[in-house]
Amino acid sequence: MKDHAQLSETFNEDEPRVNWHDETLWFVRQKRDKAAHGIPEWEQLRETASQIKNNVLSNLSEYLVQFEEQAKQNGITVHWAADAAEHNKIVYGILQQNGVQQMVKSKSMLTEECHLNEYLKEQGIDVTDTDLGERIVQLAEEPPSHIVLPCIHWKKEEIGVLFHKHLGTPEGNADPQLLTHAARLNLREFFLTRRVALTGVNFAIAETGEFVVCTNEGNADMGAHLADVHIACMGMEKIIPERKHLGVFLRLLARSATGQPVTTYSSHFKKPARNQEIHIVIVDNGRSKQLGRADFRNSLKCIRCAACFNTCPVYRRSGGHSYHTAIAGPIGSILAPNLDMKQYADLPFASTLCGSCSNVCPVKIDIHEQLYKWRQVLVQEGYAPAAKTAAMKGMGFTLSNPGAFNVAGKAGRWVVKNVPFLVNNRFNAWYKQRDMPEAPKESFTEWYKKNKAE
Amino acid sequence: MSSRENILAAVKSNQPAFVGAPVIPHFAQGEINLVEKYGTVLSGIGGKLYLVETHNQVLDILQTDFFGPAKRVVSNLGYLSAMAESYTSDANPHSFKNVDLFVVESRLAVAENGAVWVTDQEIPQRALPFITQHLAAIVHKNDIVATMHDAYDKIANFDYGFATFIAGPSKTADIEQSLVLGAHGARTMTVFVVG
Ligand code: SF4
Repeated sequence: MKDHAQLSETFNEDEPRVNWHDETLWFVRQKRDKAAHGIPEWEQLRETASQIKNNVLSNLSEYLVQFEEQAKQNGITVHWAADAAEHNKIVYGILQQNGVQQMVKSKSMLTEECHLNEYLKEQGIDVTDTDLGERIVQLAEEPPSHIVLPCIHWKKEEIGVLFHKHLGTPEGNADPQLLTHAARLNLREFFLTRRVALTGVNFAIAETGEFVVCTNEGNADMGAHLADVHIACMGMEKIIPERKHLGVFLRLLARSATGQPVTTYSSHFKKPARNQEIHIVIVDNGRSKQLGRADFRNSLKCIRCAACFNTCPVYRRSGGHSYHTAIAGPIGSILAPNLDMKQYADLPFASTLCGSCSNVCPVKIDIHEQLYKWRQVLVQEGYAPAAKTAAMKGMGFTLSNPGAFNVAGKAGRWVVKNVPFLVNNRFNAWYKQRDMPEAPKESFTEWYKKNKAE
Repeated sequence: MSSRENILAAVKSNQPAFVGAPVIPHFAQGEINLVEKYGTVLSGIGGKLYLVETHNQVLDILQTDFFGPAKRVVSNLGYLSAMAESYTSDANPHSFKNVDLFVVESRLAVAENGAVWVTDQEIPQRALPFITQHLAAIVHKNDIVATMHDAYDKIANFDYGFATFIAGPSKTADIEQSLVLGAHGARTMTVFVVG
């Protein structure tokens, strides 16, 4: 199987496209900055959110029980799934009970993680993704490449061709307005004919047993309110203690994700409507294990805003599919090795450790530090990619030995200036498809020494 | 043991030592004109604001400025009965698929993000604000609060079956980050601030 470096190499073959991808995501990052800077108490909000999540993780078993109790009292059926397979079986079971072969689904990264669509397809169930971006990648038979912007890697002209083929839009038309409208008309038919709707969950409130689903498109609500059965799937870390805590998280989520003050819809589902059923599936799938890893448990505080994706220089220039896991980007690179160290050993190395992710994270996860710690674990356990291990050993040596660092620096600059092909070669994954920066004539240390003496 | 017991046992043995939840600080917003702020934010997210003094003005504006007479308008508000059909909670939600305009009163709006809050008390038919082509909400100016914290202070432990914040028309930017209004929900949102 190809690793992140090899997959990014493919992504990097088309340089103008990589630049476009990079710039589009940077634009989203800038919108986030503007929204965050508009809130004077932003840093206090992040700190509060982080502390609420600390409380959640420290009391999760009690909160889960409380949530279940309240939800049941509200007339909701609660299911528990230890892993992806059990989750998929539960969803299929509900469909079977209702004698249903078709369903609509709004965005749920958990179901991507569990590969629900593939599983249901094998059982002969027809699933229609209704988020526009997810619909696009579904028609293209691809997974999403970003947790908030699923088709961020697609150009509008390509979507025009795809929609011409599947929805009959005029050939050669790539107008986002027209394409969106075509999808709206097409998906209305699905909303009006599907008896089961599946949604994700953004927040589940232990105190009240209600859950909140946030969308801009309104697809979760269209699905849920027009179906007889609403299935809501949640990772168990989605719990927050009290309703009032939503004030903190809803202020942070959309601003961090897209720079909007809040998503268009923040829908609170507490009790089923007349003649309707609501099922909640609470999923573990490795989360309880991650909770036990002191160095990595903070990753469970994630609210899936994707700010860390948009700011990450590696993500922006390698694309979501290079991460070969449902949740890409910096946070995905922490979550994936928990599930399978061998398969995802490359991901914690797909980072410059610049720390930008940790700076934007609305729940203050120490993302880059956890990536660094995963590298140690993976090296110790013997899973680290060979090239990276050698590079890391070199790095460890220089970092613990300033003398060697100076020499290596001097030698390095000499190499870059005189034999650039040596650095710019296939052993140096991060310089692929890019020219090495011009070497400064002297390093800061050399400059400082000289100038101090003068 | 069932999955439930296994999961809860694993979580219990792996969760770190208990730390309490923080007190949410009071974030004072200073002197702001809530109506003005609400209007600015709402137009920023693609909504439209009217300041009115009476409910009759709402009817006038909806009938003349906003909407032609031949369309299907749904609302349970008495003062709109001249233009709107009423509905009951036991109607089939699919029967609203050709609604052009739905009008609802909200008792809570949020200046910092342009949202109005509606519960199944105001929308006994949950699908209506989403399935309609156009949405109009009416809110009294004294019911606008500054932040989401203030909003949840007001909501407190009110018991609803379903409730939602709606902030502007439905939208998407999934195609190359170009903003398009009218994804799956209402294509426009108009808010009348009364008082
Ligand atoms: S880790 Fe933080 S920044 Fe990244 S998606 Fe999760 S909450 Fe957002």
